[in-house]
Amino acid sequence: MFVSSLIEGIVIGSLYALMALGSSLVYGLLRILDIANVAGLVLAAYVGQDVFSGTHSLPLALLAGIGSASTLGFLLQRLLYRSLLGRSPIVPLIASVGVFIAFEELFRLIFGPYELNFPASVGLPSFHLGGNLVTGVELLIVLVGCTVLVATWAFIRFTRVGLTWRAVAQDRETSAAMGIRTSLVMGVVFVIGYGLAAVAGVLLAINYNSITPTMGDIPAYKVLAIIVLGGLGSPLGTIAASMLIGLSETFVAAYWGFVLPRDSIAFILLIVVLLLRPQGLIPGEPVRA
Amino acid sequence: MTYYEVVTTTVTLYAILSVSLNIVVGYTGQPHLGQAAFFGLGAYVAAALAVRHGVSFWLCLPASVATGLVAGLVLGAISLRLREDFLAVTTIGLNFVAIVFFEKIPFFGGSMGIYAIPLPSLAGHQFTPLDFALAAIALLIVTIAISAYVDSTWFGVSLRAIKDDELAAASVGAPVARYKIAAFALSTSIAGLAGALYAFFMSVVTPDSFGFTESVVILAMLMLGGVGTIRGAVVGAAILGAMPELFRFISNYRLLTFGAILVLILRFQPQGLLGDDSAVVLALRQAITRLRTTRHSAHPDTLIRHGPA
Repeated sequence: MFVSSLIEGIVIGSLYALMALGSSLVYGLLRILDIANVAGLVLAAYVGQDVFSGTHSLPLALLAGIGSASTLGFLLQRLLYRSLLGRSPIVPLIASVGVFIAFEELFRLIFGPYELNFPASVGLPSFHLGGNLVTGVELLIVLVGCTVLVATWAFIRFTRVGLTWRAVAQDRETSAAMGIRTSLVMGVVFVIGYGLAAVAGVLLAINYNSITPTMGDIPAYKVLAIIVLGGLGSPLGTIAASMLIGLSETFVAAYWGFVLPRDSIAFILLIVVLLLRPQGLIPGEPVRA
Repeated sequence: MTYYEVVTTTVTLYAILSVSLNIVVGYTGQPHLGQAAFFGLGAYVAAALAVRHGVSFWLCLPASVATGLVAGLVLGAISLRLREDFLAVTTIGLNFVAIVFFEKIPFFGGSMGIYAIPLPSLAGHQFTPLDFALAAIALLIVTIAISAYVDSTWFGVSLRAIKDDELAAASVGAPVARYKIAAFALSTSIAGLAGALYAFFMSVVTPDSFGFTESVVILAMLMLGGVGTIRGAVVGAAILGAMPELFRFISNYRLLTFGAILVLILRFQPQGLLGDDSAVVLALRQAITRLRTTRHSAHPDTLIRHGPA
């Protein structure tokens, strides 16, 4: 039971980390808690499923998903968030909540209220680990999760573009005065952030073989919890918080499942950690202006 | 005839929630995206007591108020430790956790909810839809009265000071912590009471009637009408509550409409329709001033005798 919970916890933690990384980047840069990022995740799942059922090609489906979500992200920052930048951080959050519920309704109207399946095979074998079956999709989730997180961290840390991101995160106006094109940086971060959400959305849909209009509800709240728990939008904090939530969920579900409902654990962790460490688990990079 | 009474009751309940939310969001300036959770808590407590333990409607009401009060005290205490966007996330999370608990805790009856809640009666007379509508309106009037009274007291002034600048409010002697907690508790007690009325009115409660989207709907009403004003809260609830009824086609796009309204209001008219300094209010005020000045210039004596006061 311990090993199987550990494996499941790592898989779920990787999935959460993938889901949260995009919003976490946006939060790190602009201090906007962007719940609409999860709408991008669901959009990518639907678009990916649609393309997949037409072409039976997973790479194409993934690309289409990333394209649609990134477009959404770019449009949102251009049309909505940019004009809300000077306001209290609550304002963009509530606006993104409005976008989120509007999109939930759109998904229902366009794709129907019923559950869609995404029966893709990822081309990785299932195998046994300590007597527990690990499916190919689960392996892929962990691999993609690790790769993407390390790549993002290295990108922000070591590249010149990453340096401009950190500069804009610290002080938008000074960065602009130093010749950084801040509006371009914001656009790129939203495109990448929503693209990452798209990858998470397609993997999520394949893993559970299910897509529904409201599939973003619980992820949305967990993504917010992960960003807050992880501190100020640092990739390392995101990983730590995702793994903490993923593992606690599976272990509590395995050992005390009758006391605490699974989806309440992220929230209880959130409250406990915030009360003990209001700055989050890993305050990390000084991304706050 | 029943149709109008049902719509009136629904819209009035929304107005009560919107006015109660205004105490936290409008007066105190605290983000609160979880009012539906407290509404649901009140509804569930009343439903469980009435169906499982045969408690009468009139005893369920105080029980729901007490539950809302205690839950609000806890949330208020938590709010003291959190920066504003973290508090917003916490209140969002509340919705999801509340639903999970309604579904999974046996006392709350699981995903089927609680049904067959008996009709309340007063002196042997069973409640009709009209009685529910009247009860809701009475509760709305009480809520408005409490809210207006709060706004006129030192407590209310302190809340607005906390909204503008917490540190400055504390430095002039406002007990920030106690007043914040009190604002949350007052708001959620009213929501709990409204929930009890809702449970008996619907005679059934299900977990998904109290989700995140309902909290957003309530907030959208307040934002549309005008945050910080009672008239805004009531008018916003009336518009958004009645809209799906007046325009049938909207009811299929309800959340799409509400989400879009929320975004548009925040983007273009953050004061809402009737908030202080909103376009409508400014235009009205200008019109009134113009009316007065023309009258005054016609009768210059009135100016001298009564003065502009």
